[in-house]
Amino acid sequence: MASTPVRAQELLLPVKAGFIVVTFVAAVLLNLLPWAGVLLWIKPDFVAVLVLYWCIHQPRKLGLAGAWALGLVMDIADASLFGQHALAYALLAFIGIVLHRRVLMFELRHQVLHVLPMLLAAQVIMVLVHLAAGAGFPGWSYFVGSALGAALWPVLSVLLQLPRRPKPDPDTV
Amino acid sequence: MEHQPPPFFHRGPSPLARLAFFSLLSLLLLFGDARYRYLEGIRQGVAVVLYPLQRLATAPSEIYERVSEFFVTQASLTEENARLRQEKLLQSVRGQQLDALAAENARLRKLLETRPRFEGGAVAAEVLYGGRDPFSRKIVLDRGASHGIRAGQVVVDEAGVVGQVTRSYPWISEVTLITEKDHAVPVQMVRSGLRAIVFGSGQDGALELRYMPVNADIQNGDLLVTSGIDGTYPAGLPVARVARIERNAADPFARIFCTPAGGVDRHRQVLILAERPKAPEQPAQPAEPKVRARKGKR
Repeated sequence: MASTPVRAQELLLPVKAGFIVVTFVAAVLLNLLPWAGVLLWIKPDFVAVLVLYWCIHQPRKLGLAGAWALGLVMDIADASLFGQHALAYALLAFIGIVLHRRVLMFELRHQVLHVLPMLLAAQVIMVLVHLAAGAGFPGWSYFVGSALGAALWPVLSVLLQLPRRPKPDPDTV
Repeated sequence: MEHQPPPFFHRGPSPLARLAFFSLLSLLLLFGDARYRYLEGIRQGVAVVLYPLQRLATAPSEIYERVSEFFVTQASLTEENARLRQEKLLQSVRGQQLDALAAENARLRKLLETRPRFEGGAVAAEVLYGGRDPFSRKIVLDRGASHGIRAGQVVVDEAGVVGQVTRSYPWISEVTLITEKDHAVPVQMVRSGLRAIVFGSGQDGALELRYMPVNADIQNGDLLVTSGIDGTYPAGLPVARVARIERNAADPFARIFCTPAGGVDRHRQVLILAERPKAPEQPAQPAEPKVRARKGKR
């Protein structure tokens, strides 16, 4: 581990805006699945993880405004206070955009360690909003969702890079 | 912020400035929503766009349920059939009495010249999904404003009150369960006739009776029904049963915990009761100045 982690930087195809939209529709759909009981508590926020992913990988394509708008959509879908997810996602996008060069220098498993506190920060924002609005503290198990979201990060990174690999040229060996 | 991008790569305001802007905007929205509840129009609009996604997300579980319903064994069907027959017999006996009682009640009310009890219709609805915000107790039903559902209507199941419609979108409606933190239902004890208000505790299957004196006539197992004096809930619907009473002489009030009578978080079919006619306005209070005037004369 003493050697500097020089990652073989792959050349990937540029991301189309349509692809990003499709991934977000899928993430919202995953969030909308009828989760219940314990699963509801430990469910990772798929949209949050994806906001972070695109902000780190494509900071020019998804900015704070986009993340904020997605937050509003989630607020309405979850019937929660208007602006709660929006605030959390805007913060998430901010951290992602400011730290995107740094995070991408690391390997996937080390990236997880960066992603975890970011997701936790977003959840802390949500808890603070609720505490300010008069709700009770939800208990520590609420933060398990962030850990699962961070665990999702390597899977997501690999999956979302698959369609961006250039097609192998049949003329080369 | 260690280096400034050259002007030809101009990217607008810095991320920090943007974060400040959007945070401020979110806080404004939060404040507006929590205090004044405007912006309901935007909510309605986005909800319409989200509706197909919501249906799509719940489709797998719906299909699973349909399929498992199809493959029900005959034994369980016959068993259910027998049970339903029995229930129907019991209900029909009660129903016969009810007709007579209703007639008698109507006659007595006429004699006493009181307003007739409200008997409205109801809309059957199915639970689309439980609320996904772990902080609040809400469910979403598959009936909305286009079926005549409005905010404020009462939702019940076969055993008791479940909650109240708090928002109605064109095709779906949001129901706040009675277990939601600080959700209040005015109730009356069946045994003693004592009136009280039962509050949600924010936890599943737990309600609390607040502000009852330590010596109040309450026992474990007492049934609480809606009192109907709030003008929202029709009278006589079962709400909860007293589960535990803590009387501590140091506190001015007894702590009374109840469990909901209805299956607040384990049902699929519910009924949305029709709106009650508006209660007559509270009389204005012209009495006070008169009293003062009399006092002045003295």
